[in-house]
Amino acid sequence: MSLESMLIVAAILFAIGLYGALARSNVIAVLMSIEIMFNAVNLTVVAFARYVAPLALREEIGSVLTGQVFAIFVITVAAAEIALGLGIVFAMYRNTESVTLTEANQLRH
Amino acid sequence: MVGAQDIVFWVLAVVSIAAALGVVVVKDLFRSALLLAVVFIAVAGFFVLLSAEFLAVVQVLIYVGAISVLFIFAIMLTRNVREGNLPNRLQIPAISVSALLLVGMIVAAVNTDWRPIPEAAVEMVDAAQTQAVSGGAGSGSESGSTGIAELLIGQFVLPFEAVSLLLLAALIGGLALARSRGT
Repeated sequence: MSLESMLIVAAILFAIGLYGALARSNVIAVLMSIEIMFNAVNLTVVAFARYVAPLALREEIGSVLTGQVFAIFVITVAAAEIALGLGIVFAMYRNTESVTLTEANQLRH
Repeated sequence: MVGAQDIVFWVLAVVSIAAALGVVVVKDLFRSALLLAVVFIAVAGFFVLLSAEFLAVVQVLIYVGAISVLFIFAIMLTRNVREGNLPNRLQIPAISVSALLLVGMIVAAVNTDWRPIPEAAVEMVDAAQTQAVSGGAGSGSESGSTGIAELLIGQFVLPFEAVSLLLLAALIGGLALARSRGT
């Protein structure tokens, strides 16, 4: 287990999430793929925090936790995003009886 | 030499990547939501491996406990569960874009000299991270022993408040969106 292997696993997860976000037609599937991407980014941040960051280790030992604090912020923003995204999905389903992305075209006309 | 950490790492890597592939490939949306929970749990395992135990707990609580349930609710409340996860017409561009990005990221990750800190320092980091979660009992109150809380309220207090404002806005927005029309 090294920094590179951790980064590669996170990169694979991110690419899978990106493919899912681009190539699925269901809104909920796209949101799930975006969650995978968020998790990959969190993994990268925490891996960097453990292996690379702490040049300031000698001054203040708490500074090694900065990466984890970043990950906490990312998790919070992701939770808010998912709550709002699913709210929009429900509103769309109420109006159009569908959760397919290509049918969300009410603003076009 | 293969240690226990390496074995756990490879098991977690295989599980997380297979489950993530399942999320984007499986046609049944309900199963893909369950596989998403598996991805979340595997990432929590990675956090434990990186000695970020607090984050692992947060990950299980928020992602596995809340977000997966939200997704399952959403899937159950919308119709066409069985054939809900159809691909759209962008298969080839999507595959090529993500494959290109993947190759780029892997090349960057392998070829960059990250200058990782030496093993002894990694052990120090592990000790600091674990101590930050357990509260550093018995080791006196040296600086940083309260860890994440001190950083959140001290150095990162402005993003902390911004995030709380964001959560409030999301709460109000979710209520406004979910309110049914006419009432």
